[in-house]
Amino acid sequence: MRFTLSWLKDYLDTNATVDEISAKLTDIGLEIEEIIDPMAAIANLKVVSVDECVDHPNSDHLHILKVNTGKEVLQIVCGAPNARAGMKGILARVGDYIPSFGQKLEKGKIRGVESNGMMCAEDELGVGPDHTGIIECPADAQVGASITTIYKSDPIFDVSITPNRGDCMSVYGIARDLAAAGLGTLKPLPTHSFKPSFKSDLKLTNEATEIGAPLFTLREIRGVKNCQSPKWMQDRLLAFGLRPISALVDITNYFNTTYGQPLHVFDAKKVGKEIKVRSAVEGEKMLALDGKEYSLSEGMIVVCDSNAPLSIAGIMGGEQTGCEDDTTTVYLESAYFEPACIAKTGQKLLLTSDSRQRFERGIDPEGVISRTGSDLAAQMIVDICGGEVSEINITGKVPANLPAIEFDTKRVEKLCGVDVDTKTCAEILTKLGCEVKNLEGTKLSVVRPSWRSDITGTHDLVEEVLRIYGYDKLPATTLPRPTQSFGILDPALKRETAVRRACANRGSYQTITWSFMSSKDAKLFHDLNKEPVIISNPISSDLDEMRPSIMPNLLTAIHSNQVKGMTDGSLFEVGPQFFGYKPMEQESVAAMVRFGNISGRHWAGGMRTCDVFDAKADALAILDAAEAPTNVQITREAPSWYHPGRSGAIKIGRTVLAYFGELHPKVLKAMDIKTTVCGFEIFLDRIPLPKKKGKGIKTLKLSDLTPIYRDLAFVCDVNVDAEKFINAVKRTDPIISDVRIFDVYEGERLGEGKKSIALNMTIQPTEKTLTDDEIESICRRVIGAVSAGTGATLRA
Amino acid sequence: MTELEALQEQVLSQIDKADNLSSLDEIRVSVLGKKGVITEKMKTLGSMDAEQRKEAGKQFNELKNAIAQALDEKKEVLADAEINAKLARESVDVTLPVRDERQGRIHPLYQTYDEVISIFGQMGFDVAQGPDIEDDFHNFTALNTPKNHPARAMQDTFYLTAKPGEDPSIVRTQTSAVQIRTMEKQKPPVRIVVPGRTYRCDYDATHAPMFHQIEGLIVDKETNMAHLKGCLAEFVKTFFELDDVPVRFRPSFFPFTEPSAEMDIGCAKGNGELKIGAGKDWLEILGCGMVHPNVLKACGIDPNEYQGFAFGIGLDRLAMLKYAIPDLRQFFDSDLRWLKHYGFVPLDIPSINCGLSINGGNKR
Repeated sequence: MRFTLSWLKDYLDTNATVDEISAKLTDIGLEIEEIIDPMAAIANLKVVSVDECVDHPNSDHLHILKVNTGKEVLQIVCGAPNARAGMKGILARVGDYIPSFGQKLEKGKIRGVESNGMMCAEDELGVGPDHTGIIECPADAQVGASITTIYKSDPIFDVSITPNRGDCMSVYGIARDLAAAGLGTLKPLPTHSFKPSFKSDLKLTNEATEIGAPLFTLREIRGVKNCQSPKWMQDRLLAFGLRPISALVDITNYFNTTYGQPLHVFDAKKVGKEIKVRSAVEGEKMLALDGKEYSLSEGMIVVCDSNAPLSIAGIMGGEQTGCEDDTTTVYLESAYFEPACIAKTGQKLLLTSDSRQRFERGIDPEGVISRTGSDLAAQMIVDICGGEVSEINITGKVPANLPAIEFDTKRVEKLCGVDVDTKTCAEILTKLGCEVKNLEGTKLSVVRPSWRSDITGTHDLVEEVLRIYGYDKLPATTLPRPTQSFGILDPALKRETAVRRACANRGSYQTITWSFMSSKDAKLFHDLNKEPVIISNPISSDLDEMRPSIMPNLLTAIHSNQVKGMTDGSLFEVGPQFFGYKPMEQESVAAMVRFGNISGRHWAGGMRTCDVFDAKADALAILDAAEAPTNVQITREAPSWYHPGRSGAIKIGRTVLAYFGELHPKVLKAMDIKTTVCGFEIFLDRIPLPKKKGKGIKTLKLSDLTPIYRDLAFVCDVNVDAEKFINAVKRTDPIISDVRIFDVYEGERLGEGKKSIALNMTIQPTEKTLTDDEIESICRRVIGAVSAGTGATLRA
Repeated sequence: MTELEALQEQVLSQIDKADNLSSLDEIRVSVLGKKGVITEKMKTLGSMDAEQRKEAGKQFNELKNAIAQALDEKKEVLADAEINAKLARESVDVTLPVRDERQGRIHPLYQTYDEVISIFGQMGFDVAQGPDIEDDFHNFTALNTPKNHPARAMQDTFYLTAKPGEDPSIVRTQTSAVQIRTMEKQKPPVRIVVPGRTYRCDYDATHAPMFHQIEGLIVDKETNMAHLKGCLAEFVKTFFELDDVPVRFRPSFFPFTEPSAEMDIGCAKGNGELKIGAGKDWLEILGCGMVHPNVLKACGIDPNEYQGFAFGIGLDRLAMLKYAIPDLRQFFDSDLRWLKHYGFVPLDIPSINCGLSINGGNKR
């Protein structure tokens, strides 16, 4: 909402400065976006007199002026036809800012004659529309005085109005609120003096009183002459951000912005004599003033004649019935439409207007006819365009105000922690326009003013009292603390925190990518024929599906790093992925990728590209950080975006806790990645949570006896899982505390389809030192168990 | 000079001249070995009479000890020289770069997230969470924003495609939805903060289609708006790790709070810089207010008995302000250089007792 200081002062009697007004607006919740002073940039321009004006020797239209600034005389070249000796004008000197140029004036030579500045025209400085010649200051203007003595500064306030404050969607409303807050006095509204001179033969019916148009009025004004609106009105509309069109249209816009009363004028010769307010018929079409055709539906209110809709009520008029230069008779509409009805229509049609903004926030129903509506507007039309006014044609009635609210002023202290006594509360509410009666004690009976439809209960009155009393008077009370705290994160969140820190601790950089992605790429990451979760109004087609996996976004991130030259690295993200379009159909996932080299070219050697075992090590370490159970199985199942031979799942029972592996070359190609990528996805929500009250940690028994190490080598079929060896050995006897595979070999010597696995086991005696026989016996049992479990034989 | 003195002088001179351990050992053998000069001399003691033997024995022993000591000393000198020579051969160019090792980083947003949570945790808030995909009821209607409410236009909402006959789900525009989900299952007193992702259909220099909020909610019988101001004033001071951060409440509007306020913090703007703390300017950082009675009612809580406050803070913005990060969009760019520069080492874990950040909010 933009308005000028002078506009505000039409309604507010105040000596407050711009800064004081701005501070008060902020204090009462009318947030200042910006204060624009169009004169500020040019305030240093001065009034000068032209001492001499001679023709330029090399031009048929330029003049050479001797200009007196009061301190010195400067030579200026000027092309304006009205330049002459003895006149006073406005001089811009070299280095002064010229708004229409958007830059500072430079010294120049014009056709060989030096010019030390420029005599300015109105449009060059943005102080007026005139561009026919240079500014002519009045004869009594003081030479050397600032341009602001000629063109008064009228700063523009840009105020952001919250959706609850329909009453402040107008200059008058803002003046009223400032006055209530004690900044100046509200001036009385203008009055009308015309006498209705005839009764219109217009036939008006309103079938929409129950569905959103409880009050609708029309008035005929004939004999008008649609001209240009006066300059002061044009200036204000321009400051607001509206383009002046013609007096009749400008007057309706002026009422909208000044009083928050949307009006409409129909050109009477373009509409029939029977006007009806009704619900639109499904599919009915109307060409609106914005040049677009709208398809209407049941429940939207339209104003029609016997042929067709003339306007979408409260939102926008029709292209065909608007006023033009030759309009001589108009129907002036002033009405009250219900906020919900207007909002619904506007949202459905995706059509917004200044009128809709006011109706959907709620206008003053009591203003429609007399206070700020039809009467005043008719007067202004007559004043500017002439003509005579008919009696008003009213359908429906003014909607009743809300009954009195019983307000216990103790609520203010209870809710806000600041004690405002009953008398002060009553004074504040009265200043805001409420009718206040004292009941007993701290209780008040409050009737809201008709323009404050946002006030519906006690909590609103508390806010109003506090708002005017001053939010700055709110004390800051320390919040009482609970006496005991067990940490505020639930186990799942604690785990997420640990996982994030653990991933970073393994050398990976945490990233945050969008929760959405492109549905085209997402096709590569739908494993279980899950239905994609599509956004119907995406920001762009690249971001139109809720991600089914974090992996594709990490791959996109790898690509964007690699094109910038960062070919190796690691990224991880902990966040949601989605498997359905309903709330809760998401799970928390930690995903990490390594790409390119783990270690690069180095003087000490050791260059190595990432591989599946990096991913597996990462996954196991992060599961460990998440306190996942340790009795997990590794299987070869992994979704289609992994390399089928170099990937796996980490499971507990049937639950997949994680997938890990090298990414599928086809996927990498599709995502335009040229290096190897290995990574994991851990499904954090699937990790069983520790039991609430566990048994505690088992007591550790440490043995002082020296451990014994034995190496065993086996030959088995090439496709036997190494994990089976480890499990077989471990299960043989608890005395075996560790098993390591230290060699895997495939080769001709073993024969086709065979491999050798060599392992080292640690035997940790706990009770007594073992004899050679006992050790021998353990080894025999291990060999037996491994053969039984894997079909392997001891390598000769 | 006696014979023995001459012998001693001769042997000591040999020892002195020895330049490696093996020649030193040869000397030892030739003097003290089984057939060494002194050993031979010792053997002659047996043929001496008692008086003579006593005198000679003493002299022999002194000689032997002197030589043995000289040998030991020389041996240590030579051994040191040998080790030093070996170490000299082993020396490397320590200015060569080390093997590749990657220090990871925590994203500055999550550092901020952990900081903020540790502050509110210390004030007795629990952390609650809710889904990113929401229904209209939890995101709007229960938050006193019924259909057609103009406040809905304040937020550009993402909608999901719906099955025929179903209302479309939305991608939550605010963490406030979790207020409702929490109060639906938990009776007052409630004291929670809700960090999370939020989404708006908006993308320009200062808006990202996804950003992060932290919501706060207290519902009990006595918490009032002065507590709200006290709580948030304490929060900003602790978060920015400054002694003085002035705060200002301005009236504002949110459908789910009344009275509603926006909170500004003091700052000084100038020369393209922004300094948080006492100054002549104000910076808006959050919205808050007393929970609207309609919200309590929607959750089956009697607004005549219970009351409380709610607030919502942009986490991304807090991170930008505290760590002087200029552009919001880079938060989501995954650029390794950016993550390294603005990120945090993993063991820099914020906690109240450590003073929140390792270096008081001054990063590097």
